[in-house]
Amino acid sequence: MTPNLEEIWVYLSTTPLLGLTLTLLAYQAAFWLYKRAGFHPIANPVLISVAILATLLLVTGTPYQTYFDGAQFVHFLLGPATVALAIPLHAQWPRLKAMAGPLLLALVAGSLTAALSAWGIGALLGASRESLMSLAPKSVTTPIAMGVAERLGGLPSLTAVLVISAGIIGAVAGRTVLNRLRIDDHAVRGFSIGLASHGIGTARAFQVSEQAGAFAALAMGLNGLLTALSLPWIMPWVERLFAG
Amino acid sequence: MIAALTLLLVFQLVGEVIARGLALPVPGPVIGMALLFLALMLRGGPGEDLRQTAGSLLQHLSLLFVPAGTGIVLYGDRIAAEWLPLLVALFLSTFLAIAVTALALAALTRRRRNTPTEEPGR
Repeated sequence: MTPNLEEIWVYLSTTPLLGLTLTLLAYQAAFWLYKRAGFHPIANPVLISVAILATLLLVTGTPYQTYFDGAQFVHFLLGPATVALAIPLHAQWPRLKAMAGPLLLALVAGSLTAALSAWGIGALLGASRESLMSLAPKSVTTPIAMGVAERLGGLPSLTAVLVISAGIIGAVAGRTVLNRLRIDDHAVRGFSIGLASHGIGTARAFQVSEQAGAFAALAMGLNGLLTALSLPWIMPWVERLFAG
Repeated sequence: MIAALTLLLVFQLVGEVIARGLALPVPGPVIGMALLFLALMLRGGPGEDLRQTAGSLLQHLSLLFVPAGTGIVLYGDRIAAEWLPLLVALFLSTFLAIAVTALALAALTRRRRNTPTEEPGR
């Protein structure tokens, strides 16, 4: 009976069950595809899951907030997962310590490039100020980027979307860039992907090797720290420099 | 698994309290990660339970970004209006950041690695 079906829908759209289950189902489907594609970076599971879910929300006219009420349980696990990055970091500590100097210098160069090039390219092509300030922290992990964007006058929720896009881009195409440059050390590959593409790049790096993953996790943490401390005073200065 | 998950949450909680208490710009979980790292250095390494739980959590790290990524549905209008600068900036800037970091790190580590082999008589 159709009235019954409607009742069921009304019930489902008010509980978190649907949003949570759909997130997991979309990810299962995306991961299956990723595996079938031989873990090719183009079949990125975040990209495919988001495409499936965004299409579903738009087709059914479901508000994002309704979906997020359920999906927040998955979102919440980002916290403990971030803490858990200490374990691979600890496992790779001897190698990390041996490379401390070069890692810090590469961190500063990469971190500045990530923020200033995003701002500069966006400004050249005429993006609005709100968008530019949401773009600047796009390479760092979502919670840090949202906080930094808010302080700069960007939109935190737009920042989350840009951060995840930068993550997917690095995870999908980072390999091509690194191959072109003939970089084959897993430590270097992991570190540069983690710096530019935070957790999504780190997730991809862990699928390649534990060493790449640990260096990516380190880069993600360090770039988050450096960006949180430096961008709030660098960006106003950069804006003033180019305003006149 | 429950014990390990509890441990991770306790470190996150402590990190969160420190971040808010000292008004640090760094998120609580990142401080929690640093504290757990210090604890592991002191203890000499994680137990089997913690290693396994962390492993399974990190293996599917990608899943955890899906809810926030789906937030793209909120920005249809802005993306329609500014898709070109946003897209070009995201792609080029991500590639540049990867290239600059990788080239800098490769150059700096190569020089260091080559130093001993350049010494005569070794």
